[in-house]
Amino acid sequence: MNEANQTVTGGKELISFRIGEQEFCVDIMAVREIRGWTPATPLPQSPSYVRGIINLRGAVLPVVDLAARLGLGAADPSDRHVIIVARIGERWVGLLVDAVSDILAASEEAIQPAPDVACDTVRKFVRGVLPVEGRMISLISLDHLLPEKEAEAA
Amino acid sequence: MDPMESIKATFFLECEELLGDLEAGLMALENGEGDDETVNAIFRAVHSVKGGAGAFGLDDLVRFAHVFETALDRMRSGQIAAAGDAVKLMLRAADVLADLVQTARDGGPGVEQQRSMAIAAELEALSEGRDPAPANADGELAIDTVPDDAGIDGLDFTPQTVSLDLPADLEAAAPAPVGWRIRFRPNTDLYAKANDAAFLLRELEGLGECQVTPDLSGLPAFDDLDPEVSHLAWEIELSGECSEAAIREVFEFAEGDCELEIAQLDHHAGSAALPPGPDPAGPEISLSDANAELMAELPGPVAAPVASDKPAKPQAQPASATAPAQATIRVELDRVDRLIDLVGELVINQAMLAQRASESDLGRSNGVSMALDDLEQLTREIQDSCMAIRAQPVKSVFQRMPRLLREIAAMTGKQVRLVTEGEGTEVDKTVIERLTEPLTHMVRNAVDHGLETPGERKGAGKPEEGTVRLSAVHRSGRIVIEVADDGRGINRERVRQKAVDRGLIDASAALSDEEVDNLIFHPGFSTADQVSDISGRGVGMDVVKRSIQALGGRISISSRPGEGSVFTLSLPLTLAVLDGMVVTCAGETLVAPLTAIVETLKPRPEDLEKFGPQGRLLKVRDTYVPLIDVGVRLGWRTSGTDPAQCVVLLVETESGGRAALLVDAIQGQRQVVIKSLEANYQRVDGVAAATILGDGRVALILDIDAVISSRRAPPPTGQASLAKAS
Repeated sequence: MNEANQTVTGGKELISFRIGEQEFCVDIMAVREIRGWTPATPLPQSPSYVRGIINLRGAVLPVVDLAARLGLGAADPSDRHVIIVARIGERWVGLLVDAVSDILAASEEAIQPAPDVACDTVRKFVRGVLPVEGRMISLISLDHLLPEKEAEAA
Repeated sequence: MDPMESIKATFFLECEELLGDLEAGLMALENGEGDDETVNAIFRAVHSVKGGAGAFGLDDLVRFAHVFETALDRMRSGQIAAAGDAVKLMLRAADVLADLVQTARDGGPGVEQQRSMAIAAELEALSEGRDPAPANADGELAIDTVPDDAGIDGLDFTPQTVSLDLPADLEAAAPAPVGWRIRFRPNTDLYAKANDAAFLLRELEGLGECQVTPDLSGLPAFDDLDPEVSHLAWEIELSGECSEAAIREVFEFAEGDCELEIAQLDHHAGSAALPPGPDPAGPEISLSDANAELMAELPGPVAAPVASDKPAKPQAQPASATAPAQATIRVELDRVDRLIDLVGELVINQAMLAQRASESDLGRSNGVSMALDDLEQLTREIQDSCMAIRAQPVKSVFQRMPRLLREIAAMTGKQVRLVTEGEGTEVDKTVIERLTEPLTHMVRNAVDHGLETPGERKGAGKPEEGTVRLSAVHRSGRIVIEVADDGRGINRERVRQKAVDRGLIDASAALSDEEVDNLIFHPGFSTADQVSDISGRGVGMDVVKRSIQALGGRISISSRPGEGSVFTLSLPLTLAVLDGMVVTCAGETLVAPLTAIVETLKPRPEDLEKFGPQGRLLKVRDTYVPLIDVGVRLGWRTSGTDPAQCVVLLVETESGGRAALLVDAIQGQRQVVIKSLEANYQRVDGVAAATILGDGRVALILDIDAVISSRRAPPPTGQASLAKAS
C-alpha cells in the first residue's frame, strides 16, 4: 500500500478517511501503514492534540489527534479508531482518525484550491478540496501538523 | 570519494594503529620488558608508516620516518642498546612522527620544523655515534629517491641519478667492489600486500650501484595482459660492499611473495654470465606508456601499491608462511548501529511474545513456552554479540596518555612513570570517544596537582619518580577506570579554605573528609595557586564530572594525605542501554536513571514541611530538600496526592544539588534500551528519552536535571485534557 504506483498520469493517489461528519484525504505516497488504535503514552509539556507516543516496531512514534488539530474537538479513541502512519519531512507520525474509507485517484486539476474562508486552521492545513461522487473531500497538507519546534517547545 | 582518497584514509587509519604499536613497544622497552621481537615490531611499524607515506608522496613524513628507521635498524642489529636514553629519544621521535602523520592527514600548521629537525638530528647522531662506518644506507640517499607519486612513476626504475647523493668518500674509500647478482621475480601477492618492486629496487640502490635489467619474458601480449597479475622480473647487478644479509633485509617484507636469488658475482664471471641485456630505457618507456593506457581504462594499476585495495587473486602461490593476519574487517558504524537497532526491536518483540504467551495460560511444559524460552536466550545472546561489535578496548584512550605525561613532566620538571593495567577491557566505542577528554584532564591533574616535585618527594622519603596508575576493569556490568597517583594527596585544609573563600560552604560547616574531597568537583573550583599552562584553564574537575555523568557514569575520589589520590570512574558499557528504576506515577510508567538516584525512601508525614505558598520540603537526616511531585511536574495530575502514600526517590543532579522526587510506586530496576524522542518528534522538557517496555508500551525516561530545575514552571494549559488522554 505504501509503494503504490501513480496510475493516473500527472495525478496522484489519495487515501481518504473520516473524522466526524467530514471527509479528508492525504497523499498515499506519504503513508507507510495503517494500524489500529493503541493507547499512547502521554507526553508532558505538549499541545493537547499530541496524544502521546506509541511503539511502532521499536521506533517511538508521536500520535497526533487530527480531529483536535483541525479544531473539530478531541477524539475519544476506541478500538475502531485507526492510526495512519505518515511521513512528514524526515519524521514518521501517527495520525489518529475515525476510519479510513477509500483510495482515490485524482488528477492535479481536479483538486480545487481551498475556498478562502476566515478560519486559520483551514488555511493552515487544507491544501484543496476534491469533489468525489457528490461528496467533498479536503486534501490535508501534512507539513504543519506537528507543533512548531521553537514556539511550542519553549 | 576519490578512490585514492579512500585509500589514503585507510592508510591514516592504519597509521594510528601502527603509531599505537610503536608507542606501546617503546614503552615496553623503557620498562625493560621488551625483547628482540619488540624491537622488530617497532621497526616494522615505522617502516610501514614510511612505506605508506612514500606511496602518497608525504615527503616530510618519509624523511623523518627514514631517519627514525635507520636508528631503529641500528637498535635491531644490537648496535644501539634498546634501553635508557636511546629509548627516551625514540619516544620523543614517536611523538614527532605522530604529529607529522596528523599534519599530513589534517593539514594545518604542522610540526615546527625545528622540533622535527632537532629530533632527527639527535636520531642521526645516535645512529652514527655508535657506528662510525658509513657503509650502510645514508639518510639523504633514500629520501631523494622517494617518488612523488606512486602511480605510474612507481615503475620508473631507471637507475639514473642514484649515485648523486652517495657520499663521495664512500665510493673512493670503498674497497674493490664485490658484486652480487640478484634475480627478483615478484609474485602477484607482493603487489596485493601494497609492496612495490620499484621501492625495493630503489632501496637496493642504497646499497651500492645497481644495474637493473628487466626481464620481460613473462609479459603477455597486450590484449592478454591481466593488469592485476605480476608479469615482470628483474635482474640486478649490485656492485658495492654489502653483505648478503643487507640485501636480504631489503626484501624482508617481500619474502615469500617473490622469487629471490642472490648470488655472489666476481668480476669476470659476472659480465660473462649475463647476456647483453636490452637497453633499459627502451622497454621501460614503452611499459610506462602501456601502463598509462591501462591506468586510463582500468581501476587497478599494474604494479602500483594502490592495487592492494582490490586484492588480486593469488595465482598458484599458496598463502605465505608468515603469521596469519588477524581476521578483521572495517565496517561502517552506521551498519552496526542499524543492526543494534534491529536487535533492540527483536528483544522487545520477544518480550511481548513471551508476555502474550504467559497471559494465554499455556502450561510451562507446553511446546510453545519451551520454544519461547529458547528464543529468549537466543535473543539475549544476539544482543550481547551486537553490543560486542561496538565494543573496543580502552587501549586506544590509554595509549594517548604516555605522551601527555611526558609533555607535562617536561613542563613541570616532575618525573613521572605511567603504569597502565587492563588495557584490553572493552567498552562501547562512543564511551571511549567521549572518555578521552575527561581522562586526559584527570591525568593532567594527577601530575600537575597530585605529584610533588622531585625535591619535595625526596624530602618526603619517596622515590623521586612519581607514579600515575591508570587501570580499567569490568565490574558488575560497568567499566571501572581508576586514575591513581602517589603524590601528596588532597590538601583538605586548602580545599576547605578555598571553598569558604568562594562562598561554597559556610566557614563553620562540619564536613567529613569525603565531603571536603568532593568539593573539588564543585563548579569553578580549582586548587592550583596559579593558573598554569597545564591545568586550571578555567576547566575544573566539575567539567570532568559533568562529562562523566553525561555518559551515565559516576566519579568519586579517595585520597590520603601524603600517599596520593585515587579517582574512580564507573561507566556503563554501552550508551544504548541504561540502568533505570521503573516507577509508576499517575498511572503511567516512568524510568529514572539509576545513576542519579542516591536512595529511595518512604516519607514520614512528620518530615514534610510546607515551604512558601505551594512548595514542600522533605527532611532527610537533618537536611531539607525540595519535594517534587513528578506527576504534577509532568502535567499528569494536579496536586493533591498524599505523600505518605507515595515513595520518594532522593536524587542528585549533575551540579550536585539534591531533590526528592515523589512517585506512586517503584516497580523495580531494569536495564532499558534508550530510544530517541527527537527522531520522530522533538525534545520534551523533563524527558531525556523514551524506552519500550516488555508489554510493548512506551515509557518515558526522566531527565532528572530538567525536572528539578524547572520545577517552578507552572504546568502549561492544555494539560488537563491530556491527563485523561489515555
